[in-house]
Amino acid sequence: MNKYTDLELQKKSVTYRKALLKYIKIANAGHTGGSLSCTDILNVLYNDVLNVSPENFSDKNRDRYIQSKGHTVEALYVVLAEQGFFPETDLETLCKFQSKYVGHPTRKVNGIEFNTGALGHGLSISAGIALASKKDNAGYRVFTLLGDGELAEGSNWEAAMMASHHKLDNLVAILDHNTLQITGRNRDVCSPYPIDEKFKAFGWSVISIDGNSIPELRETFTTLPLESGKPTLIIANTIKGKGVSYMEDVAKWHHGVPTDEQYKLAMEELDHQYAELEDLKVI
Amino acid sequence: MTLETLNIGKANLEIFSATVMELAEKDRDILVVTSDSRGSGKLIPYGEKFPEQIVEVGIAEQNLVGVAAGLASAGKNVFAVSPACFLTTRALEQIKNDVAYSNQPVTLVGISAGVSYGALGTTHFSIHDVAVLRAINNIQIVVPADNFEAREAVLAASKTSIPIFLKFGKKNMPDLPRMEEKFEIGKASVICKGIEVAFIACGETVAPAYEAARMLESKGISAEVISMHTIHPLDKNTITELAKRCKAIVTVEEHSVSGGLGEACASLLMQERIFVPFKIVGFPDEDIIAGSQTEMFNYYGISGEGLAETAMKLL
Repeated sequence: MNKYTDLELQKKSVTYRKALLKYIKIANAGHTGGSLSCTDILNVLYNDVLNVSPENFSDKNRDRYIQSKGHTVEALYVVLAEQGFFPETDLETLCKFQSKYVGHPTRKVNGIEFNTGALGHGLSISAGIALASKKDNAGYRVFTLLGDGELAEGSNWEAAMMASHHKLDNLVAILDHNTLQITGRNRDVCSPYPIDEKFKAFGWSVISIDGNSIPELRETFTTLPLESGKPTLIIANTIKGKGVSYMEDVAKWHHGVPTDEQYKLAMEELDHQYAELEDLKVI
Repeated sequence: MTLETLNIGKANLEIFSATVMELAEKDRDILVVTSDSRGSGKLIPYGEKFPEQIVEVGIAEQNLVGVAAGLASAGKNVFAVSPACFLTTRALEQIKNDVAYSNQPVTLVGISAGVSYGALGTTHFSIHDVAVLRAINNIQIVVPADNFEAREAVLAASKTSIPIFLKFGKKNMPDLPRMEEKFEIGKASVICKGIEVAFIACGETVAPAYEAARMLESKGISAEVISMHTIHPLDKNTITELAKRCKAIVTVEEHSVSGGLGEACASLLMQERIFVPFKIVGFPDEDIIAGSQTEMFNYYGISGEGLAETAMKLL
């Protein structure tokens, strides 16, 4: 029995998006587009999949979440705050002098497993943790969020090769495939395609889904591992800037901060989405 | 007192593998992670005896360090073994972020370090490793000078909660005398006492420094030899105390003269306003001539004769 209905999680996504925009606006800094694209993934992970909570965070057998694309930390911060790891108001200090809430994940913040942000590190770290889980027959799983631009880092492929060699079927990589990186389309910058075939050739089991669909994400996470003895890659097809129409699929919102007027528009649009979801409940 | 000639012991790497084998016997959380380096790491017997406690990642140093950090975070006591030249350059970002900044107590074991690979040339030299690691917060740097220090360093590394880099060469090491049979990370070992010149050396250069002390002794000059096995954190008290009571200091390292032990000592003394004739002996900032380690040491003055001459010039 799921703790939340799809509708409740969809509403949470809107709330997370509003919160992350709020703190990016206060900080006047942040990775807006990518945080919005991966919001639904983090939502489903923390509310539906991971056995991680503030109460069990020191439990050796908790699941692990490693955010390899560390720059979209704003989405992670708001989800962790909502999960009770720290008061959400702490995020008013985001990126401010002496704040521990810096622009990439740091273990100084409760709930964060690893210091990431330099791209191409998370998959190796996750493979190491997944291997430890196997060695200890502990049964916990490791989930890592990769960016599509990040796939150009060669270390990912070292880790991909090693993870399948060691049969780490408790390792799940989720690719936030929003198709944009800071300069533009992945395919124009330095094409990572075909991503699915590459990972399959490296010994992974791969599935491609709508990464902004709560039901599809939930359904996919119930089918893991996709194949016994193989690590899983979920290609989560997302929209950069998801939820704010003028930001959607526009590269400049990679780390764009909205003006006051744009912020107001974004909040109105998200409020409208929330209201529509409320109406659905009534129906 | 007459300084004795030195007996030759084993390669420090053999001591490393024997010691880690002892540790693995008692603790199943001990894991050795290798990048196709179990042969050069003298770890084949270890791998045969503890197949479940060795992890092979292939020739992929970045992944080696990331995986090691992940394993350590999950409670494993990890020794990540790779040639020092690749480990500390190819995987520097992983060392900085996944190990040091993320505070994962991995033991990074740089093997065939310095110019151990000699004739293989510059690609295989690691005479930059101390310099790059010194600039990273939260990592201890230890360069053992003989079998005693090697064993003690491995034991200490298995217990420390702070990330640590151990640097091992290939050649058989002399059994050094020492004033006290004791090893502590961050506390230098006094190999022999002297009053006129002090050699502050580390790793494979302690033996030539000792040889220089013997040569100087025969000329009536008293030299002190220090094994500064820990370069970070630096034993500041020993260095300042030496500089206050000796007429000259010579630092010796199998490393570039830039950024290593010598510059660490120079920086300390300058800032403490202790001014003493001082010379850093190591590899100069130029294209390095290849050859056997001994030939290279001789050429660059890291020999008994070369160091004695350097000391005489300072006095």
